[in-house]
Amino acid sequence: MEARKDFFLTKQKRAGERAHWELIQKANSDLLAPMLRTGPAYYLIVAILALLVLAAAGAWTYMIQTGIGQTGLHPPIFWGIFIASFVFWVGVSHSGTFISGVLRISNAEWRRPITRIAELMTLFSVIVAALFIFVHLGRVWRFYYLIPYPNQREIWPNFRSPLMWDAAAIFTYATSSLIYLYIPLIPDFALMRDRVTGWRRPFYRVLSLGWRGTQTEWRWLGMAIRIITILIVMVMISVHSIVGFDFAVSLVPGWHSTIIPPYFVVGAIHSGMATVVMGLYLLRKTYRLHDYIRLEHFDKMGKLMLLITLLWGYFYFVERQVVWFGGIPDEMTVLDAILYGSYAPQHWVMILFNFLIPLIALSIPRFRRWPLGLLVIGVMINIAMYIERILVIVPSLAHPRLEYAWGRYFPSWVELTILVGSFAFFLLLYVLAIKFVPMISIWEEKEGILHGRHEER
Amino acid sequence: MVEYRDQNAPPGGPYQWGMVIDLDRCTGCEACMVACKAENNVRIAGEDEAAKGRAVSWIRIERYWEGEYPNAQLKFMPVLCQHCGNAPCEPVCPVYASYHTPDGLNAQVYNRCVGVRYCGNNCPYTVRYFNWFEPHWDEPLNEQLNPDVTVRSVGVMEKCTFCVQRIRAGQQTAQKEGRRVKDGEVTPACVQSCPTEALVFGDRNDPESRVSKLAESDRGFGLLEELGTKPAITYLKRIK
Repeated sequence: MEARKDFFLTKQKRAGERAHWELIQKANSDLLAPMLRTGPAYYLIVAILALLVLAAAGAWTYMIQTGIGQTGLHPPIFWGIFIASFVFWVGVSHSGTFISGVLRISNAEWRRPITRIAELMTLFSVIVAALFIFVHLGRVWRFYYLIPYPNQREIWPNFRSPLMWDAAAIFTYATSSLIYLYIPLIPDFALMRDRVTGWRRPFYRVLSLGWRGTQTEWRWLGMAIRIITILIVMVMISVHSIVGFDFAVSLVPGWHSTIIPPYFVVGAIHSGMATVVMGLYLLRKTYRLHDYIRLEHFDKMGKLMLLITLLWGYFYFVERQVVWFGGIPDEMTVLDAILYGSYAPQHWVMILFNFLIPLIALSIPRFRRWPLGLLVIGVMINIAMYIERILVIVPSLAHPRLEYAWGRYFPSWVELTILVGSFAFFLLLYVLAIKFVPMISIWEEKEGILHGRHEER
Repeated sequence: MVEYRDQNAPPGGPYQWGMVIDLDRCTGCEACMVACKAENNVRIAGEDEAAKGRAVSWIRIERYWEGEYPNAQLKFMPVLCQHCGNAPCEPVCPVYASYHTPDGLNAQVYNRCVGVRYCGNNCPYTVRYFNWFEPHWDEPLNEQLNPDVTVRSVGVMEKCTFCVQRIRAGQQTAQKEGRRVKDGEVTPACVQSCPTEALVFGDRNDPESRVSKLAESDRGFGLLEELGTKPAITYLKRIK
């Protein structure tokens, strides 16, 4: 069909066609290159990350052997870094679905190099988040009590408990984000099946599910992506709302607030987008993908981040303002501790990093086109969002209603080791994935080139 | 939902265990704390753990100062599990380790607990205690462990039971004799050891019991009852 058309094309247009064809060939080789070429620096990074993960695994093993007492927790503060990390990682996981989902739904052309990077982040951070559920259990060897399975004693888990909702939500989200990652990968797996040799060939043959690239297959693929995209955006919003319910449905001053679920969703997207920008910058730098991840992408991500910054700031202000105006003594104790008390330094750093600096910096068009600047903003937002998770959990728990029981909390070395290990684990999964899947969706990129051709005509 | 049979159901309706704490009588002597420790095999946290804020006592005496020196006044308030009728710890437990018995006790099933500690967070009275480590008793303290009570393992939440072992023993004796438990027949260790009888325990379903009569007092209030927890413990206000 295409060839027949070509016959009638002018010379000039035919040259244009050739240029597109070359672009497509270039995309194939550029984007497969990170998977096929591996330098010594790569192995060094993997080794360092693996060591950190091993250290965390050791710390966890030690904690299982001796008890949760290895943490810095004590009454009345029963939750600390583990739950904060859980919430944080669930938050990071919202990058993938929000960015790629929303951009796919809205047919944004500039999404193409971003979706895969973001979707991989979703899957890996959900895995890390799920691990924290186990890390946090007092008797992790009895985790199966949380699973509804028929048993002789006819005891089911308590579905009134938000923690059960959590377990169900995380499982649903992990499953659906795996499917969401996998479906758009099929044509790329097929591409690799045809290009690679050795042990990888049968591996990709299985993964590509016999993809041949017929018109029907493409139509089905498009339909599958559209359906799962819409579903997963809904799952994403519900998942982080449920994590918010963990706090909102309790009686604890500072937690019992209707705004917490939507606020958590916005906070999650805030840290998720920041992580995606960091990923964009690092991959672009490491693999010289300047032709694919362009300044335009940083600019547009910067605009989205600015929007979320404003939204986050608004939600945050509303939450605090309502408590302050109500002036209920138990609630005010927590608020005072955060605004002026022992948590004030962290709190104001958070406001600075999460709201003020991004707001000012991202409002400047020139700044948005400066990738390094966006990386810095991304790091700042993530630090601030982690502090924010801690500030949700600790000050509230530290000030229960009976003042006699007030307490303070500082994490122990075991908790900090596991925390560092979780970051290393996330990075390790990501670094390993670079060798198994193309970081930029090749077929979508090529589709973009062809779209560009149609526009030229 | 299927109602399960209450094998200890007494003639004439179930029991409703409750307690009255007269703040006017409490001298802060802490005998209740010691008695509770001995009766219920409450672990000895030790100096280091206590310094970290992990001292355990199922009943504690909260001490509050009122006024400035030299007119300062000391106030004591024994706080233990309130066995709330609408307990915040119960719905948040993912595995039903925290549940409500038909006779109004807020029970903790140690074997079922996986240690998510949400109940501890959601308890406004902060009376739930976690086993951070495998408990141990130095010689010769291990010789005096109560054989009627379990020793809780590492990683589970524990709390005051109103000395459920004594309640069950009393109920069984009464059931054998085909009668209800008499008022004062069952006393938790803290009630038994209180020298000023500040603590009174009994069946709230029996209008003639001491606890029911005292709870009707004008001085009675429930701790943080504005939260809607329906505590089974009634405090009697201090008279100046």
